[in-house]
Amino acid sequence: MAMLELSGIHTFYGAIEALKGISLKVEEGEVVALLGSNGAGKSTTLRTVSGLLRPRQGEVRFQGQPIAGLPPDEIVRLGIVQVPEGRRIFGPLTVEENLEMGAFLARGQKARIQEDMARVYDMFPRLKERRRQLAGTLSGGEQQMLAVGRALMARPRLLMLDEPSMGLAPNLVQFIMQTVREINQQGVTVLVVEQNARSALRLATRAYVMETGRITLEGPAAELARNEQVVAAYLGGGR
Amino acid sequence: MSQFLEQLLNALVIGSFYALVALGYSMVYGIIRLINFAHGDLYMLGAFFGYSALLLLGRISLGSGVTGVLLAMLIAMGMTGGLGVLVERVAYRPLRGAPRIIPLITALGMSLFLENAVMVFKPWGASFRVYPVTLGRAGFDLFGVHIGYAHLAIFAMALFLMVGLHLFVERSTYGKAMRAVAFDLEAAQLMGINANRMISLGFFLGSIMAAAAGVMAGLYYGQINFLMGFIVGLKAFTASVLGGIGNLPGAMVGGMLLGVLEVFGTSSVGGQWKDVFAFGALILILVFKPTGLLGERTAGRM
Ligand SMILES: Nc1ncnc2c1ncn2[C@@H]1O[C@H](COP(=O)(O)OP(=O)(O)O)[C@@H](O)[C@H]1O
Ligand SMILES: [Mg+2]
Repeated sequence: MAMLELSGIHTFYGAIEALKGISLKVEEGEVVALLGSNGAGKSTTLRTVSGLLRPRQGEVRFQGQPIAGLPPDEIVRLGIVQVPEGRRIFGPLTVEENLEMGAFLARGQKARIQEDMARVYDMFPRLKERRRQLAGTLSGGEQQMLAVGRALMARPRLLMLDEPSMGLAPNLVQFIMQTVREINQQGVTVLVVEQNARSALRLATRAYVMETGRITLEGPAAELARNEQVVAAYLGGGR
Repeated sequence: MSQFLEQLLNALVIGSFYALVALGYSMVYGIIRLINFAHGDLYMLGAFFGYSALLLLGRISLGSGVTGVLLAMLIAMGMTGGLGVLVERVAYRPLRGAPRIIPLITALGMSLFLENAVMVFKPWGASFRVYPVTLGRAGFDLFGVHIGYAHLAIFAMALFLMVGLHLFVERSTYGKAMRAVAFDLEAAQLMGINANRMISLGFFLGSIMAAAAGVMAGLYYGQINFLMGFIVGLKAFTASVLGGIGNLPGAMVGGMLLGVLEVFGTSSVGGQWKDVFAFGALILILVFKPTGLLGERTAGRM
């Protein structure tokens, strides 16, 4: 049984059909990349899984259990946690309070929260230095670290990242991707959305390519990285 | 000097009523960007719940004295808190995502509904009701001014509630979650925070503050009426704009400031100008500093 399985998902914004029958699978332990240009429907796919949007048609299953239509907090409780596009950290809260919010469902379990916080600080020492600082004052890279750290505080079994490399300098992209790899090695299944396909394909085991609400290609990441169509469209051709 | 002291104490008491009510306006605005025009009526309802509680407690001879008053206040806060949550649930939640003017009109309708409901409710009715308990005159003299313990107690209670609310919102996990929802509702949901529950919590907290002010106003003025929430609601709204709407410390400062302005203003030019000060201040602040005194970042700040 796949960890996450979408079959025939149609999601609408009002009258606009943003997803026109998406089917995809993520097996336990995998890193799966979801690629596609701006407006393809990648974020809509993640937002449908995390319960911010309700599909009009189709099924979402997590470990066999249907989850479409559950409220977002129930979905987080099941172990599906999304790092949203644009980081969306809580600017008026401190770094540490942001992490505390990630552990909202574990509130009251002080020992667990302390332990997880220590792990996040280990992973991102910069956050530890700035833990009393308002999150809104962090640099873009630090905010992305915080967004990932905040999600980890919920102890995800499936971590979904929406364009984690957006707006970051190349060395920071490298660092974030390396961190995602480590998180995966610690047993967390990963679904990562990227417009910039190069680093995502290096990280992923398998990948899907989306265009205007449909999946147009899928396969092992290494194979897609050699696919001429993908190279031309998403890897900047001969650059 | 003596007159100044007396005026100051009045200003602080009236200012705390405005501040307590302003907190609810600001909190609700901070979370769902709605100016809840029915909020002043929750202050009025708090006064009426307190009125009935004091009458009932009186029958079991608990109605007077500090214990009875505190008990009545707690009952009024609980009832009004529940009512505030109910108002959001039935009137505002179904309109979430609608253009902002729509819940605003609904809020005005809710205000009229609550006022009229109290008016037609037999035990409360349309006429002024005399509060069952009056404040004692006991106190002490300071520079020749009589300072009533009861007035001091009202001010102290208001401060206690405001500090308590502030600490709750700043320090507790629920308070932080409420601020997270205020700043970015979707991102908060993605952290497993039940946004609806936090919105209810905001309405509950705002309503209990208004109720406490309502009961204390009943004690202070000695009489209550189903329209008493209207002007106070407008002034508390002014206070929250003055402090920067969405900003809780701002609401407290704005309320106290408005109390001072009004009391000292009327004492220098006459009582018929009483309401001019508040609304004059509203117009000035909207023209010259629409984000309010403390409200640099109205969006998302609580
Ligand atoms: N809130 C919204 N309201 C209306 N249309 C939207 C909204 N969000 C996204 N869309 C539309 O849905 C489509 C898919 O968007 P999105 O999932 O954000 O794409 P991607 O993440 O791949 O860039 C686009 O055509 C976009 O314009
Ligand atoms: Mg997107």
